[in-house]
Amino acid sequence: MSDLHVTPLNALHKELGGKMVPFAGYEMPVQYPLGVMKEHLHTRARAGLFDVSHMGQVIVRAEGGYEPVAKAMESLVPVDLLGLHENRQRYGFFTNEAGGIMDDLMLANRGDHMFVVVNAACKGGDIAHMKAGLAGCTVEEITDRALLALQGPAAEAVLEPLVPGVAAMRFMDVGIFASDFGELWISRSGYTGEDGYEISVSNDQAEALARALLAHEDVEPIGLGARDSLRLEAGLCLYGHDIDEGTSPVEASLTWAIQKVRRSGGAREGGFPGAKRILDELINGASRARVGLRPAGRAPMRDGTELYAAAEGGDSIGHVTSGAFGPTIEGPMSMGYVSAEHAGIGTEIYGEVRGKRQPVTVAKMPFTPAKFKR
Amino acid sequence: MKFTEEHEWLRVEDDVVVVGITSHASEQLGDVVFVELPEVGTEVAKDDEVVVIESVKAASDILAPIDGEVVEVNEILADEPGKVNEDPQGDAWFFKIKPSDPSQMDEYMDEAAYNKFIG
Repeated sequence: MSDLHVTPLNALHKELGGKMVPFAGYEMPVQYPLGVMKEHLHTRARAGLFDVSHMGQVIVRAEGGYEPVAKAMESLVPVDLLGLHENRQRYGFFTNEAGGIMDDLMLANRGDHMFVVVNAACKGGDIAHMKAGLAGCTVEEITDRALLALQGPAAEAVLEPLVPGVAAMRFMDVGIFASDFGELWISRSGYTGEDGYEISVSNDQAEALARALLAHEDVEPIGLGARDSLRLEAGLCLYGHDIDEGTSPVEASLTWAIQKVRRSGGAREGGFPGAKRILDELINGASRARVGLRPAGRAPMRDGTELYAAAEGGDSIGHVTSGAFGPTIEGPMSMGYVSAEHAGIGTEIYGEVRGKRQPVTVAKMPFTPAKFKR
Repeated sequence: MKFTEEHEWLRVEDDVVVVGITSHASEQLGDVVFVELPEVGTEVAKDDEVVVIESVKAASDILAPIDGEVVEVNEILADEPGKVNEDPQGDAWFFKIKPSDPSQMDEYMDEAAYNKFIG
């Protein structure tokens, strides 16, 4: 694994017994000795610490502060960024000319600039895309900072004593805090469906901060395995699986992220790549939809499972893009795409597992209720 | 007890062979969440896929180590797949097979050889 990148917490992961695997070009822990199932349940019951330093942190600046950056960025993402208040962040995605999703990301208004967090596997392309597409802006990848996520109901009680003030933050607030670990860039967000924080810390303070968090009896380190089952229970997309360049935001059931002002009839209608298709689908619907799926049995229906309308015969009506066992819901869960006429909640369809069609029901997501602090 | 390169253990009990997976295999699989067992009475040939195990990571198969008839399956595992992690070399056996050619057992490793195999 010598050609893999490492994060500033690499030595700590190994010390904690993390089982290291290659992920998006980084050597990352897939699990610790606790194991995927218990790591998942611990995060929902108390708090889990995740190393997400492989994700890309980017600062975009322009002469004139946040507003010109937001204006330029609106030409790449179908999100209301001019209306985003200071110290708030929003979920969004880069779209391509065909209306597909190039990556999903977080965008924050930090007063005089924008802070962006993108997926590890896409960050090179995303940064090039921003440099080429954001006229009059400077795009700076932040490589001297790590990113930790502290997730779960105990997160606030764990972090507040170390960083006074974070308890007052609400879901999707962002802030810069002075601390014993240097300047921290904190958002009240995450990717597990739990309340929690994402914390950007300088590389040389990352391990000290991680150790301070792990010293709390409620905190366990959590690997990529549980991160995946947590986000799937929360109904959240994994880029490259549930969304990609061939899926539009409407097909992906992400229309909630496209504010009214960017839709047809809005003050800043369209003006992003693929707007024609996406605006049309917002009005007329898409031919397929991303849905939640609950298999009837205990066997998970994994990525690639073909879906059918009937127990026998007929063409495929879609496929599974993510599937796993949900430790909190104590059963299998999947998400995938089905043709629009089969996308209604409660529709009974079939997934072909090992040559046999097994019943599966289109289900509401998230599979576990979101616990964000609104 | 004998061991296969597929990380199964085989224990002869009277005229049947009890089959399970090793502690090493259970650790590698991670938490087991689903087990699909064969039907009692199924005739199997060596290397047939007879059991499906799904863990939090992936699906894998258990192959029949020898030719014979499945005479008993461990039904408890269908309801409590986690037992495969708790006691893989004890209570969490998968099936019992009545061999049609007991000499097929000879090719498998003893415990010392298996431990060397997994290094």
